[in-house]
Amino acid sequence: MSYITGVGLTPYGKHPGRSTLDLMSEAATAALVDAQLERRDIDGLLCGYSTTFPHLMLSTVFVEHYGLNPTYAHAMLLGGATGFGMAMLAHHLAEAGVARNILVVAGENRLTGQGRDSAIQALAQVGSPVYEVPLGPTIPAYYGLVASRYMHEYGTTEADLAELAVLMRRHASMHPGAQFKDLISVADVLASKPIASPLKLLDCCPVSDGGVAFVISRDRTNAFGVRIIGAGQAHTHQHVTAAPSLTQFGAAASAALAQSAAGTNLQDLRYLAIYDSFTITLTILLEELGLAPRGQAGKLAHEGYFSHDGKLPLNTHGGLLSYGHCGAGGAMAHLVETHLQMTGRAGPRQVRDAALALLHGDGGVLSSHVSLILEAAR
Amino acid sequence: MTSTQAEVLDWTRGGEGIAYQVCLGCAKLWYFHRTFCPRCGRQDPDDRQSGGTGTVHAVTLVTRAPGDELRPYAPYLIALVDTDEGFRLMAHGDKSLRIGDRVRARFVTLAGRLMPYFERIGDQ
Repeated sequence: MSYITGVGLTPYGKHPGRSTLDLMSEAATAALVDAQLERRDIDGLLCGYSTTFPHLMLSTVFVEHYGLNPTYAHAMLLGGATGFGMAMLAHHLAEAGVARNILVVAGENRLTGQGRDSAIQALAQVGSPVYEVPLGPTIPAYYGLVASRYMHEYGTTEADLAELAVLMRRHASMHPGAQFKDLISVADVLASKPIASPLKLLDCCPVSDGGVAFVISRDRTNAFGVRIIGAGQAHTHQHVTAAPSLTQFGAAASAALAQSAAGTNLQDLRYLAIYDSFTITLTILLEELGLAPRGQAGKLAHEGYFSHDGKLPLNTHGGLLSYGHCGAGGAMAHLVETHLQMTGRAGPRQVRDAALALLHGDGGVLSSHVSLILEAAR
Repeated sequence: MTSTQAEVLDWTRGGEGIAYQVCLGCAKLWYFHRTFCPRCGRQDPDDRQSGGTGTVHAVTLVTRAPGDELRPYAPYLIALVDTDEGFRLMAHGDKSLRIGDRVRARFVTLAGRLMPYFERIGDQ
């Protein structure tokens, strides 16, 4: 096992004039302070990538810039699954004794560091450059295709999808760092600008600037007892054209590996942190993971089941959909929020009991899956 | 039609056709071009050309185009079509296409590129 000994998160949204390294540094400092560690205590570094600063060796650039001297360092590129992928690797590195305190950090000025077309085009490159990208799809189009099939198979409606956007916004309204905090209704989502049917603007996460970091350690460094007790992955395809199915992805297989390593099961879970790049992403993941019956995720959200004061609280910071999405760091905010919940530091968003959590991220078009089980130890 | 019979036309190389491949060892069939079978590893798969008919598996109407080149065509429909040969491809299509429709491809030039465009069989 390993401990998450500190977390750091900037607000997501606009940080004009701040670079990838600025945002990474700010988050790293917050995480070190939280872990009660100094730079010299960090012997491992894992970092994500940045579309506004596409360097071949971002980890080493950060080592130099921030003033570290680790014995293990590299970047990871796994799209939206990067953050939890790095957490899983750090967990295993700590367990194996490769490093004692591993700083995991990502950040990007994705919103203000480039034009909107350039952000959209950079992201669409997860598609096939030969068989898909020339046709003019976007990330929302890839997910729109998935959504059309999933809704056809399971009867999910656009209003069902909208319930998840409404829930994420309600949670974000309680977090001062969220990019979007004004409450929205199902009608607002349905009336928002069409992007790639059936997805509309409010079904899609925003593009954000932001930075996020955490420290994963072999031993406790402070009073926090948040442990990673299981992790798993599954990778089934890259391109939506080549996906084995548009209704069964790798999420269940990934989570089963994590649950098996942790020795836990779905009934034990008290808190959820699930990737939500689009309302359809969150719907599919909740349903494939067995956290909602097929076709019922929106209904459960409407009934308050996933609310911060509900049976199984979900993304209480507002998720990618409303806290924001700065790329590799996007879903790392989900982990930070889980840590705050497990250590009783979530303020007005605090849930009653977050003793055991499932975190799940996906990259590509539901292509790469990473699951983590976190436990609050006493 | 096999590669030994005629030139295999492929829209990704500027031709009015949709190419796919079949492993002569294990009979696996796929769309994205390779020099080997991704299941059994056998070299030199057979290049074939689709008849261009299939069934719509998924659709999305793209209103927000990714850039200036395709913006004049928006909104446009992108579909995943399951061909009768048994592989799936992404293509453009008539805006009225729905999941389950039987379709046939023709080839259109969009933003200076030739690409497959599916229409409902009977509407053509």
